[in-house]
Amino acid sequence: MSIACKNVWEHISEYLDHQLDPLLLREIELHLENCEICSAILDSTRNVLILTADDRTFELPVGYSERLHARLRLIIQGPEPTS
Amino acid sequence: MPPAITTPADEPALIRRILAGESQLFYDLIRPYEKMVYVTIYAMVRNEQEAEDGAQETLINAFRHLASFRGESKFSTWLVTIAMNEGRRRLRKAKTAAEDPLDLSPEDHDGDFTPAFLTDWREIPSEALEKKEIREKLRAAVQTLPPIYREVLILRDLEELNQEETAAALGIPITTVKVRLHRARMMLQKLLVPYLKEARPARKGFFGRISP
Repeated sequence: MSIACKNVWEHISEYLDHQLDPLLLREIELHLENCEICSAILDSTRNVLILTADDRTFELPVGYSERLHARLRLIIQGPEPTS
Repeated sequence: MPPAITTPADEPALIRRILAGESQLFYDLIRPYEKMVYVTIYAMVRNEQEAEDGAQETLINAFRHLASFRGESKFSTWLVTIAMNEGRRRLRKAKTAAEDPLDLSPEDHDGDFTPAFLTDWREIPSEALEKKEIREKLRAAVQTLPPIYREVLILRDLEELNQEETAAALGIPITTVKVRLHRARMMLQKLLVPYLKEARPARKGFFGRISP
């Protein structure tokens, strides 16, 4: 293996974002084929990103939109006249 | 009447009409971003009430200052910048100087940005990612990141802004976005791995049937 584990870790983020230049990408892919540790680190980091982007991780409270619009209405249209 | 669905391409025209007096179109303009604004602030302050109040303030500010939006960036980027500032303001208010001062300093952290080792990640069933507890751990972990890293992570990995938009929203160079994002991801990986290990099933196929 021509690239060390430590160098692979330094590029995990760029690897996941598909930002590596082709030469380095090839080296890292070769390394990953043969290194269980780096493969596991890559998989775990990818899973953390999936979890972060998952809509269920950060959810809106019930009634959020209604309360927001009610507040905005006061600003945009002014308070409703009392009858 | 069903709400109008707007796309970023409609926004310049919509903004012109709002500024010309059709204020009620503001609801259509912000509808696609209501969640983004809340989540951005929540990920910073991790308090539902604070995040909801902050989201309302953000959108009120956006309405009041819409005329200052020049269209040089995307409307979503402009909006998320206001949300970030609101989140920072609320964090500053909440934190006493003795606790954890707001850290907006450059990359002077000597932290350990190497990932956590694990050899058995692939044995963890995908159901582990479905557990509610893991989501809670992730929310907590995001909040423990130093602010300069957390902000980049929120914009890139939560809101899925691209590098250029993130750099513009935070007023930092793209190279800094990349460095901070990498560090943030490594810190999160390290923080979450222990919990994912704990979440392993007692035996194959059992996981997921345990009541929460």
